[in-house]
Amino acid sequence: MTDQAGLSRRAFLAVGGAMVVHFGLPAGLSQAQIRTGNFVPYIIGPTALNTELDSWLAIHPNNTATLYFGRAEYGQGTLTGMLQIAAEELDLEMTQVSAANLDTTVTRNQGNQVSSSSIEGAAPSLRAAAAEARQALLKMASARLNVPEDGLRVSAGVVTVAARPGSSVTYGELIGDKRFSLKVTGTAPEKPAASYRVVGTRVPRIDIPAKMRGTYEYIQHVRVPGMLHARVVRPSGQGALAAALKIKSIDESSISQIPGVQIVRKDRFIGVVAADEWSAVKAASQLKVDWERPRALSGNERLHERMRASKTADKNMVDVGDVEAAVTKAAHTVSASFKSPYESHAPFAPNCAVADVRADSADVYCSTQRLFSLRAAIARVLKMQPEQVRVRYVESSGTFGHSGYDDVAEAAAILSQAVGKPVRLQFSRSDELGWDNYGPAHLAEVRAAADADGRVVGFEYHGWQHGWNFVVEPTEELALDAKIAVPILPDPAQVNKATAGGVYNIPNRRVTSHGVNGLEGYLKGSFLRSPLDVSISFASEQIIDELAHRTKLDPVEFRRRNISDQRWNGVMDAVLTASKWRPRVAGERKSGDVVTGTGIALGTHFVSYGAAIAEIEVNRKTGQIRVLQIYGALDPGLVVNPLSVEQQIEGQLIQATSRMLHEEVRFDETSVTSLDWASYPILRFEEMPAVTPIVVSRPDQVSTGAGEEVLAAAGAAIANAFFDATGIRMRERPFRPERVLAALKAG
Amino acid sequence: MARYTISVNNRSADVDATEDTPLLYVLANTLGLKGPRFGCGLAQCGSCSVLIDGVESRACVTPISDVRGKSIVTLEGLAAQYARDKKLAQAPDLHPLQQAFIDEQAPQCGYCYNGMIVKGAELLSRNADPGEADIKREMNGHLCRCGTYPRIIKAVQRAARAIRATANKG
Repeated sequence: MTDQAGLSRRAFLAVGGAMVVHFGLPAGLSQAQIRTGNFVPYIIGPTALNTELDSWLAIHPNNTATLYFGRAEYGQGTLTGMLQIAAEELDLEMTQVSAANLDTTVTRNQGNQVSSSSIEGAAPSLRAAAAEARQALLKMASARLNVPEDGLRVSAGVVTVAARPGSSVTYGELIGDKRFSLKVTGTAPEKPAASYRVVGTRVPRIDIPAKMRGTYEYIQHVRVPGMLHARVVRPSGQGALAAALKIKSIDESSISQIPGVQIVRKDRFIGVVAADEWSAVKAASQLKVDWERPRALSGNERLHERMRASKTADKNMVDVGDVEAAVTKAAHTVSASFKSPYESHAPFAPNCAVADVRADSADVYCSTQRLFSLRAAIARVLKMQPEQVRVRYVESSGTFGHSGYDDVAEAAAILSQAVGKPVRLQFSRSDELGWDNYGPAHLAEVRAAADADGRVVGFEYHGWQHGWNFVVEPTEELALDAKIAVPILPDPAQVNKATAGGVYNIPNRRVTSHGVNGLEGYLKGSFLRSPLDVSISFASEQIIDELAHRTKLDPVEFRRRNISDQRWNGVMDAVLTASKWRPRVAGERKSGDVVTGTGIALGTHFVSYGAAIAEIEVNRKTGQIRVLQIYGALDPGLVVNPLSVEQQIEGQLIQATSRMLHEEVRFDETSVTSLDWASYPILRFEEMPAVTPIVVSRPDQVSTGAGEEVLAAAGAAIANAFFDATGIRMRERPFRPERVLAALKAG
Repeated sequence: MARYTISVNNRSADVDATEDTPLLYVLANTLGLKGPRFGCGLAQCGSCSVLIDGVESRACVTPISDVRGKSIVTLEGLAAQYARDKKLAQAPDLHPLQQAFIDEQAPQCGYCYNGMIVKGAELLSRNADPGEADIKREMNGHLCRCGTYPRIIKAVQRAARAIRATANKG
């Protein structure tokens, strides 16, 4: 195999059955240059500069440390990674560091935990604080041992005199639970990556043993004394956002046979509360409420038509060169439109919260991604001051973005306030799938052109979506009649220019976001893992593949001709090598009912570099698709924990398969109808592809996200593999059998 | 409301519940167990799985009145049940499959693993050397949203090897 980026097979090291590729390149592009995405403001939380060092950590007499950083475990290994960084900078062992549970009364406010940005956005502050603490401790040790700081060595929190190894003092002896009373100055020296001994290693996830033992406390396990159980009572599946939902009547006698149930009503918010959970569950399903539900939705079959006809607010995210002229003159031109559905976060465990609201205070346990923002929201709902509200984070199942975690917390707070007792509220499966803040639907119209040498000369992308500004928690909407404040249209982040052709060097390129007014008959929308990128790459990476086909070039060779960034070439080489890619023009004619194909795609979310190759099988008679194997490579710069990154790549490859084959929120003109795992299927064991994760580590580069950046590449690779298998392009996802058969028939 | 005497993890417990109360709520609320947990309430996901007389069952749709006289084993009791089945002098700290999941670093959020462990243990009790296709077929009714299926398969096979090694020693 050719190896144009200097990556040799020897660079692949087999580690734990997976592969890690190490690059030792000189520092190339600066962070500013590679930051091609347009989400930057979302990920940089408040920095540590000038904050109290004691608000970041405490060193205890037993020579252990507690860290108070504002990041938690969401099932993606963040906690282990953050603690590795703290241990590294403090010169402590992993067994000596732990993190305080997130709690608005003790945690540093580091903004929201979103966009897989903890290591990139929040770790620098933690690192700075830890370095500051180490420096202060060394100064204390110097005074105590009467030796200049440069004559001291630290290991596992023990400071030793280099010249007299018998002479030492521990961190615990130096400060043991006393305050540093210092500010974080940002001037303390941080370790160079070359001397890391904890960061960059496969530290096992610290949360896994308790999770496997069955002793781990998820939010669903939280119980407080005197607690009652509750369920909410909502119409089955949400209707159009902001369309007037009314209660015509409630028949309280319909649950009179269930003893001990209290009905709580606040405007159109209804909940049932009982001492016994099963009574609450039964009451919620049996309470007869006659809802007046407007028919304001399009139904999912006519969704994209409605979006396309909508009056939109438009913005060019990129506009360079002269696309029109370039396309007109070009040797090869392709154009097509692509439809992607609403998708659900579909957390495996329905969201849950426990609230204890008293006359002048509230204590809420929940699994929010935005601790301090939620505190403000709960204060608003309860008509309290934020300082009266305490919010504590307890892990739920993986959420992959803004599912119902804030909604359930607000609802629990309202119910507790109403009944004057602590309340545990858990959503039903139907509440969760029917009232989610869905990943928004997307329509793309794309045109692209290449010259005779296979260089992309023009690229024009139009994307329609209402995006994620159209969200209001149902509890606030129903109980307080809360409205969308003022939708900002269009949000410049909605059509991610990094995903829409941003991988390639294209001299004439325009990317236009058409902001649809989400108040005109649509579902709620918010962030779903790698927001909109799977939909955007479904369009843009297929168009690139079509140009490759038109120019009669191997899809890899075509991409190679249009890429200059060594990091894109790096991840592409990684999947090529792993998959033993056979260069050829895609879509060769194949005979038989069952045909196979292989596709490649590149993609990102923010900054990290993702590449994937998928091998699929299509049954042309039944329309069934099997994804046989996916290779995924991710370059997130300096890798803090290769094991966690591997897990994240694997999860994204499986989830991308699920989203391409199955996931679609179904709705009629009134409401969402996909309310369980039968109507909203996700990928199952028997459908799973073999996966090969490849971690591309670049210790000379800043760490960037690893939790979502290979998803877009993996989805588009499946789409490109479909073309390779059949010679037909799929223009709409998911690839359900009836849609596949229709596409094959249309030719 | 009635009183039911049920056997959970080889211990007898008296619980008061209405006859239609799903076993899950009794295990999670009355007995305070953290293994079986709510996922869908529809027997679609496997989150609430327990063994009833050795057979993986969905506690969310099994009324308490149906389990009288039956032996219920939850995640918490799997290691002891394994020891009884294998006639080991002492129960291991963890069932070999729990250990294999840790060794493979399989879970991400881990919430679905109650079902993965219970179903996997049931499978291993019937099949000492399950192939990949066996595992996929047997566990197809258990969902994982994080996408950890590949590591689950590796872990089940790893546990199978560990169990066979123990048997050979014995």
